[in-house]
Amino acid sequence: MSDMTAITTILKQILNGLQSGSIYALIALGYSMVYGIIMLLNFAHGDIIMVGAYLAWLCMVRFALNPALAVAAAVAGCTALGMLIEKAAYTPLRSSPRLSLLITAIGVSYLLENTFQLIFGAGAKTVPPFFNAKNLSFGGVVLSSNAIVTIIAAAVCMALLTLLVQKTKMGKAMRAVSEDMGAAQLMGISINRTISFTFAVGSALAGIGSVLYCTAYPQADPMMGSMLGLKAFVAAVLGGIGSIPGAMIGGLAIGLAEALVSAAGLSTWKDGVVFAILIIVLVVKPTGILGRSLNEKV
Amino acid sequence: MSRLVPVPSNSFIPERDADKTPILETHHLGIDFGGLTAVSEFNLTMGRTEITGLIGPNGAGKTTVFNLLTNVYKPSRGTILLDGVDTAGKSAAQLCRMGIARTFQNIRLFKDMTVIENVLVGLHHEMDYTLAESILRLPRYWRGEKIARNRAYELLGIFHMEDMADKLAGSLPYGAQRRLEILRALATNPSLLLLDEPAAGMNPSETAELMENIRRIRDTFGIAILLIEHDMNLVMGICEGIAVLNYGKIIAKGTPDEIRSNPEVIEAYLGKRKGG
Amino acid sequence: MDKVKTGGAVYRRLPTGLRYLINTALFALFLITITALADNRVISYSDSKVLMLIAVNIILAVSLNVATGYLGQLPLGHAGFMAVGAYTSALFMRSASAYPGQLMFPLGLILGGLVAALFGLVIGIPALRLKGDYLAIITLGFSEIIRVVILNIDSVLGFKLTFGAASLKNIPTTTTVFNAFLWAGIVCFIIHAMMKSRHGRAILSIRDNEIASESCGISTTFYKTLGFCASAFFAGIAGGLYAGYLGILSPGSFGFMKSIEILVMVVLGGMGSMLGSIIAAVALTALPELLRAFSDYRMVVYSLVLIAMMIFRPEGLMGSYDFSLGGLLERLLNRKSAPLIKEDES
Repeated sequence: MSDMTAITTILKQILNGLQSGSIYALIALGYSMVYGIIMLLNFAHGDIIMVGAYLAWLCMVRFALNPALAVAAAVAGCTALGMLIEKAAYTPLRSSPRLSLLITAIGVSYLLENTFQLIFGAGAKTVPPFFNAKNLSFGGVVLSSNAIVTIIAAAVCMALLTLLVQKTKMGKAMRAVSEDMGAAQLMGISINRTISFTFAVGSALAGIGSVLYCTAYPQADPMMGSMLGLKAFVAAVLGGIGSIPGAMIGGLAIGLAEALVSAAGLSTWKDGVVFAILIIVLVVKPTGILGRSLNEKV
Repeated sequence: MSRLVPVPSNSFIPERDADKTPILETHHLGIDFGGLTAVSEFNLTMGRTEITGLIGPNGAGKTTVFNLLTNVYKPSRGTILLDGVDTAGKSAAQLCRMGIARTFQNIRLFKDMTVIENVLVGLHHEMDYTLAESILRLPRYWRGEKIARNRAYELLGIFHMEDMADKLAGSLPYGAQRRLEILRALATNPSLLLLDEPAAGMNPSETAELMENIRRIRDTFGIAILLIEHDMNLVMGICEGIAVLNYGKIIAKGTPDEIRSNPEVIEAYLGKRKGG
Repeated sequence: MDKVKTGGAVYRRLPTGLRYLINTALFALFLITITALADNRVISYSDSKVLMLIAVNIILAVSLNVATGYLGQLPLGHAGFMAVGAYTSALFMRSASAYPGQLMFPLGLILGGLVAALFGLVIGIPALRLKGDYLAIITLGFSEIIRVVILNIDSVLGFKLTFGAASLKNIPTTTTVFNAFLWAGIVCFIIHAMMKSRHGRAILSIRDNEIASESCGISTTFYKTLGFCASAFFAGIAGGLYAGYLGILSPGSFGFMKSIEILVMVVLGGMGSMLGSIIAAVALTALPELLRAFSDYRMVVYSLVLIAMMIFRPEGLMGSYDFSLGGLLERLLNRKSAPLIKEDES
């Protein structure tokens, strides 16, 4: 019987790991796509998730709207916000040194966090559940339906994203711009539209990520995006920044690693382990698991 | 993979250098990039005060040879002897201290440093004070800096660039940047100087002046110079020996006159004549 | 008076000894004044606390500027080195409390700096093999690990060392306005002296063009590691001063946001400009205090200023300009002593 309990615990932890891993993966995609196209570590990306969580809370608690509408509002709001940030803060700096762009991203991140703290206060808001579903039970093993929904939703999003990038005209444009911006422009691709679209897609994924995150940890607070964003970012680097499948692998790896460390009773070391994995991967393969390396011509 | 044993080269060097160890000897030097052979069987011997030209069509592997000689790339095959010493396994910085200095095809100056500071970086090993001595501003620091600064002004004098000493290197006109790069290389006190397209982007009168200066540098410093150049007037004008590279192989070696009339060279540059 | 020939004109130079004397005298005057004002409560107690924090932040900013502005790398883990220095010197001061604090304090600071430099060496060797953003990320990772280790080390050791989240308390508050600014001055001078030497030029040359630097015989690995360790060393000293200023340490103060805060000072001041780093450190420490009246809005204003600054003046306040009092005096001197003697060029 004790064997059975151990297996159940491990299964549960793996499911938990996959759940948080899928959320990390969705957020990591946003980091990775933006980095791939304009070489920017978009520090504000984590805070977009925070905004998404607040939008969901506003819709359901303040305006008592249908949860489906709340989901739609969160995703639409994040998408719009991502595009707005790109237009207002990053476009004017397209030809500036990359460090200026990075500091601007940090500034935007501060701005979002502090504005929301100013409006909603520092305390956390509880986001009600989006749906009521019974947990599934297989012969004594109870699986959280939230986890299953999250994993499926994330998988569907990633499949759609892969289709979008590989099969559509816009996807081809995105790949072309990230390969060589100048050449893509000469081929008649609108750089501004493509970058804008990339931010829109990345932010929409963050919106979905924020909804899924709220099903697991039903709270919205102004600083929630920073650590979440940082870990998702680590996931993107781990997989190979700029690579879409890399972001997925990285996200799942981080989620599973965290779950297993917690299962071993070392949850206070969780963050340390995440970063240790990152360092080991970077030392062994500096471009991440699926990243490409670029050499300077002498 | 084991390296081949050096064999006596059949190259020729100027008579005046004949009784001394050649400054550079390469034997069967070659490199592959992924299955592609970029340079192979590169054999070259240079006398201590020789000016040699390395010419060939674009993509022939000339700059790759420079990168091999300075250990920026690790050779797949062959040996490089600098003044009789095998350079295998040395870093680019160590090689510089052993006596090879170079310039780059796409100019690589320290753009945000001043002209004199660029030369002073080249003089780094001429100064011997320690970090602690510089922080405490001990006499050895002042002495070392003073000597180096005077030396730097002397070097700038070669190209009459003393007035520009305190300008940022990045703000200089193109020709001056090329000249400064040569001075910075000279500052490292080399016995072999590699110049990668020194006349690129210069007009005919600037090129003529450069030719004069290259010869003068050789005479004053008594060093060997290997240069890559497309300007045939310059190459034919100052080089004593010329090696022609095509598809990574030396297809001809000889004096300027021999090279000018070599059918293989003409073919490499102009293509094969069809139907005779 | 030395006369130096540059171009065709004679430029009068102040003797180096005189330049050093003027600068030292002015710095001493500043120290005496500010200490007197603080001791006689002309500057209130809370304001003198802000002044100490300013000195700490000046050291942090100029030390990060060594790695960022001079070496051209982008480490995002400066707070980690600060934490190492802070905890080291705090633990030292707690155990040396039987001895006179003002004697032990410099030892504690240097010890903190040395341990931080050791961490810099251990972190720098793998990190400096990477470039650009990857270096940024790996240093960020290391500093987060330092934070997590400080937080949890007690449970591994089995005795109380850092006291984790419960905070390390009862650290002797030895930092004063006087010694904080004295150390800030010393650190600035050491960095200045280092940069104006062959070693400093080697570091700058790596920033400008690593391949060319290597081709000039500079051992780039050595000098990158040196620059990185020097940066960590001074951050450690700043950490020690911070510990003596606050009297209580918790790992939460040395998170990722602290590293970013320091980076913002350096970039805002102008990369590679020590004066810029100093001005930005003063402004960004004092501004939030001055804006206390608008406490709710101050962080919003701060972030808006940051964004606007990057959009309208991306090179920072000072660009790469560095102020030199001697240089200014020389310029005045040469203006007064017109006409400049022309020499024929022959």
